[in-house]
Amino acid sequence: MSERYTITEASVGTLLQALTSSGQRVLGPKLVAGRIEIAEIRTLADVLQNGQSVVSAKGVVFPKVERLLKYRFDGKNIALEDVEPQAQPTILLGLRPCEARAFHALDVVFNWDSKDKFFNTRMANTTVVGLTCTQADESCFCTSLGSRPDDTQGSDILLSPLKAGGFVAEVLTDKGKALVALAKGILQPPPIRPDVIPPATVAPAFDAKNLQQKLAAKFDSPLWAEQSLRCLGCGACAFVCPTCVCFDIQDEADTKQGQRLRAWDSCGMRIFTLHASGHNPRDKQSQRWRQRVYHKFAYYPERLGTLGCVGCGKCSRACPVDMNLKQHLAQAASQG
Amino acid sequence: MADPFEPKMTAFVCNWCTYAGADLTGTSRIKYQSNVRVIRLPCTGRIDFMLVMKAFSRGSDGVIISGCHPNDCHYTSGNYHARRRWMVFRDLMDFMGIDLRRVTFSWVSAAEGAKWAELVNEATNTVRALGPYTEVQQLAAAGIE
Amino acid sequence: MEALASKAKELLTAGTVKVVIGYGKGTGENRRPIFVRAVERAGDLVVDTACTQNLATYLTKAEVRALGRMAIVAIPSTLRSILQLAAEKQLREENVLALAIVDGGVRELATFDAIEEAVATIPDAIGEADQKMIDKLTAMSVTERRAFWAAELGRCVKCYACRSSCPMCYCERCTMDCNRPQWIPVASHAIGNLEYHMVRAMHLAGRCVECGTCGAACPVGIPVHLLTFFAEQTVRRQFGQKGGASAKLDYAMSTFKPDDKETFIR
Repeated sequence: MSERYTITEASVGTLLQALTSSGQRVLGPKLVAGRIEIAEIRTLADVLQNGQSVVSAKGVVFPKVERLLKYRFDGKNIALEDVEPQAQPTILLGLRPCEARAFHALDVVFNWDSKDKFFNTRMANTTVVGLTCTQADESCFCTSLGSRPDDTQGSDILLSPLKAGGFVAEVLTDKGKALVALAKGILQPPPIRPDVIPPATVAPAFDAKNLQQKLAAKFDSPLWAEQSLRCLGCGACAFVCPTCVCFDIQDEADTKQGQRLRAWDSCGMRIFTLHASGHNPRDKQSQRWRQRVYHKFAYYPERLGTLGCVGCGKCSRACPVDMNLKQHLAQAASQG
Repeated sequence: MADPFEPKMTAFVCNWCTYAGADLTGTSRIKYQSNVRVIRLPCTGRIDFMLVMKAFSRGSDGVIISGCHPNDCHYTSGNYHARRRWMVFRDLMDFMGIDLRRVTFSWVSAAEGAKWAELVNEATNTVRALGPYTEVQQLAAAGIE
Repeated sequence: MEALASKAKELLTAGTVKVVIGYGKGTGENRRPIFVRAVERAGDLVVDTACTQNLATYLTKAEVRALGRMAIVAIPSTLRSILQLAAEKQLREENVLALAIVDGGVRELATFDAIEEAVATIPDAIGEADQKMIDKLTAMSVTERRAFWAAELGRCVKCYACRSSCPMCYCERCTMDCNRPQWIPVASHAIGNLEYHMVRAMHLAGRCVECGTCGAACPVGIPVHLLTFFAEQTVRRQFGQKGGASAKLDYAMSTFKPDDKETFIR
């Protein structure tokens, strides 16, 4: 149902104004003190048209800390108070297409057996305006996973920059339609042959389907111990990742009241699988590293019908010891 | 008209000297401001430095820490270790933006009932003038969606 | 570097060590930790100004120790870490061989005494930029400092890259992992972040070798190393003791002098 238009840079500015004045929050990749963050966007010039934010935009729908419920102790009684997720309508403007695709991987988990109202409320209130990448770096590998720098999946609107300035805007969903309706007249007829800046070239390093097949026979391979020797078992990769979804539940309480919080967690950390008995089924870093790879590239496609990775490369850039996922996966896929 | 601000003061004191000294203040019928909640520990050496932060984040506006004079510790050296700890933690708190005017350290012996009263009154007056320590209390609720 | 590659070849061929922990080429201009075990991979070892990460954290990692006797390419902070780890009984002299990089070559330091001697000749000072930042912070008002750290720590996601990359954070059960009771909040909200970083700085005070690896490891660019540097400098100033100077434990926070002088206890 996609409809194509052109939109000038000035019109994007008009749309931005309409959005912020109607109480919506606009976030996007922005340079803040030398770092690329998902931050508040005021003008189009704020949006970084290429480059990956350090931390993904998943925090908009799956915050690093969120309150699930509160309780008070009243003598012998406990008064429970459910928390309704406060989801301010949010537009993600200028998101990399890989990040836009990542929401689906979150969705399949948060709607797997029970419907997570927190994720769903926030997701329903979020509109994704993707922006085609015209540059990539050596950590990117979307093309190894069947995607591309101008992939439309996951975007409500996808913008592709034109050589002469402005963008081709592909309106892909009802949410996208609703968004452009806010600023009447900003869309122009589509060009016959739009002169877009060519999307970035990202040479595939491996093939995800081939990798998935190879993984079936590699569970006991010494490869995992070798690749993970330098891994420190921190959570940097999991926390910057747009598809990682593991969380911890923490009850913080005193004698009068408490709250139940959900916070990000990482399977790379040793205590993630530590049992109360003291047994740890993934006591070695190699087992945790293997789990990370299998989870994203074998178990997800087998059980949830989608990959658990979008090839954004944020994990590799964030890793303090240069665990380059693309290299590791290419190695795993190339060995017999 | 709202009630004037009365600071919540938390005092971490050792059992053998300051707590006994505070008892003496009472038995001597020396009056002092009642804003202070006294928490008794065996020794200042046992006072985890984070107890100060816990007191602030749970609503205290000022904190008092007091124990035996050097050389008089019931456990011989607990207060020496405590002194070392505070010499570092106090500077670190300041470096990270905690208001040191709200934290008072003292040695009060079991015989210094009058000193305890003076200490509490002075600390309470100082903190009353500074107002509620909303910055840390707000911090305790911040960053949760 | 030729000298390093041939030294590594020599050690591995003779079986003196089973692994050489060092730096190798990483993604783009990065360097990454490598673990050379095969003689023919000795050429992978690189030494240049981009090799700044303190690799001593691997000396306490079970999977690395299991490989056998370790040689480690040692920048000055790594030498200090070896001493501090030795002082804290985390390293045995016979299990580690330091390969100190000196002008034009590699010096084998096989004993803790030799490392102590070498470290004594290395000046203390932390990097100029970091010292400037600490000076700038100490010159601010308390309110300004609070705002600075609130803004910086607001980005913290509690990934523990700082803790994991620090050679001195080798505790198998960190205070953060203890949950009966949960002393420091786990979640990365404002108070959870503040308390974690405070505790870490205190636990490093007197043990920190000022390598800055924690700050470099932080994926969101928080200068957490300034906190441990500050705590370490405070210890040095107040007690004249410091981390990483000797293989004999001289830990300021578990010792005392009856006449320690302070200015704030009434």
